Amino acid sequence: MSEVLVLVDEVDGEVKKVTFELLTAAREIGEPAAVVVAAPGTAAKVRESLAAYGAAKVYVAESDDVANYLLTPAVDVLAALVAAKSPAAVLISATADGKEIAGRLAVRTDSGLLIEAIGLENAGGDVVGVQSIFGGAFTVKAKTNRGTPIVTVRPGGVDAVEAAGAAAEETVEVPSVEAARATAITGREPIVGGDRPELTEASIVVSGGRGVGSAEKFEVVEKLADALGAAVGASRAAVDSGYYPAQFQVGQTGKTVSPQLYVALGISGAIQHRAGMQTSKTIVAVNKDAEAPIFEIADFGVVGDLFAVAPQLTDEVAKRKG
Amino acid sequence: MPNIVVLVKQVPDTYSERRLADADHTLDRESADAVLDEINERAVEEALLIKEAQGGEVTVLSVGPQRATEAIRKALSMGADKAVHVSDPALHGSCLLQTTKVLAAAIGKVDGVDLVIAGNEATDGRGGAVPAMLAEVLGFPQLTHARKVAIDGTTITVTRETDTGLTHLSATLPAVVSVGEKINEPRYPSFKGIMAAKKKPVETYTVADLGIDAGEVGLAAASTTVLEATPKPPRSAGQRVEDGGDGGAKIAEYLIGQKLI
Repeated sequence: MSEVLVLVDEVDGEVKKVTFELLTAAREIGEPAAVVVAAPGTAAKVRESLAAYGAAKVYVAESDDVANYLLTPAVDVLAALVAAKSPAAVLISATADGKEIAGRLAVRTDSGLLIEAIGLENAGGDVVGVQSIFGGAFTVKAKTNRGTPIVTVRPGGVDAVEAAGAAAEETVEVPSVEAARATAITGREPIVGGDRPELTEASIVVSGGRGVGSAEKFEVVEKLADALGAAVGASRAAVDSGYYPAQFQVGQTGKTVSPQLYVALGISGAIQHRAGMQTSKTIVAVNKDAEAPIFEIADFGVVGDLFAVAPQLTDEVAKRKG
Repeated sequence: MPNIVVLVKQVPDTYSERRLADADHTLDRESADAVLDEINERAVEEALLIKEAQGGEVTVLSVGPQRATEAIRKALSMGADKAVHVSDPALHGSCLLQTTKVLAAAIGKVDGVDLVIAGNEATDGRGGAVPAMLAEVLGFPQLTHARKVAIDGTTITVTRETDTGLTHLSATLPAVVSVGEKINEPRYPSFKGIMAAKKKPVETYTVADLGIDAGEVGLAAASTTVLEATPKPPRSAGQRVEDGGDGGAKIAEYLIGQKLI
């Protein structure tokens, strides 16, 4: 069975959930081989969790350059592996960094690029990517026509399933950086994440819209989110009104999420917003306006005041969790 | 005096319904209202700010159907100096790789480019990768998702903003920059700007003019093929209740029934 390269997404040796989703998707089309392009010492920290999700191999490409140059070290390593190992496909998470790495790799290897897949299929030897486009209005199946299929996979698109893998390590060289064409990283200010899960990685998302009314009142959204262990999102109307920061915006011009449960509080459900959340497995909506379009796609809707309904739900959830 | 090329693209308005053409699964560009992608206006604004501070020239580049002239006019009326429009029926259905190649060839038509500026994500294809791909083709450093750009001589520094936080970047010109939502507030074209735009030169090229064989671009030669496109059955509305003082409890009941809590 041919190898499927999976670029590992990690922060300080902690593997992101999306990597496990990629390893799961890779098993549909071949044998997953994890690629760790990171600072020295990282592979030792991540190997065990990669093995738990079926990585048969772990390619270890460690160098200080990885932290000092933007993205190109990962492109260089993957391009070398594509040439040396002729993998069935290369899977990369559809994050800001991942999309750019994938795009450059497709150019470098003259390969077809499938973007934001939510699943992979093996169709008679062809790797077929399943994509949900225009905010879930269409499901598209596509394949590549030349080179090695390079696929970015949307976080949350595939459910991660554990499977034992040997995770046999093989060291790979990080090619030296060509300074004139590379971009140096001179500093980093990572977002200090609170206790809440990341929006695109969360299995539950609670979002607030214009109906929340002010930045202060967003607390009611946050309290429900915290009771559920959920991420907090916001509609464009809420962000534009200054109720909540832009990085939490869900919708066509914000993030696309597909959690197990999406709770929409005071969100009317304009196409713009639905585009970012209508692939959620279950949608619950609370809105004062019985005519709000969000109810057309909600599995369970309550017509009422979110400031009465949400706190009650928060209490019920807290009670249940004891 | 940086010589700047700004990429602009006409996209369907995200507030209107978008469809795929039945025949070949390409975007039905006629069915939706088109607007200049709002992020492109920020790209144009950033180019104009650099020009106003340091001199130089701003060329607008668009690859797309005849309708793209609206996007080009908007950018010129904001203050860009001239435009290059690549328009060719052969481009219909081009993939990201082909589009990137055409953009790179068109950039080659502008003499001595120091800086290429684009929006960080077009809202129709949502690839988010074209600026990086372009940097790869051109062999330029990429400084993408910028929220701040500064140029000092041939050194460019950028503050990159993504979900994971801020990264400070530094590279040598020529370079490719993509700008994010927070970079600036685009200006409105003035009446004078709109009038002046009508006299600004717009050069139109076919792919052959760029030295690319028409057979290398378009749907037939694309690096990816859409096998099938299925409109998603619209999500049907589920239960809906009026809050009679127990709305929250009813949701909890539903979630417990669905094993979600």
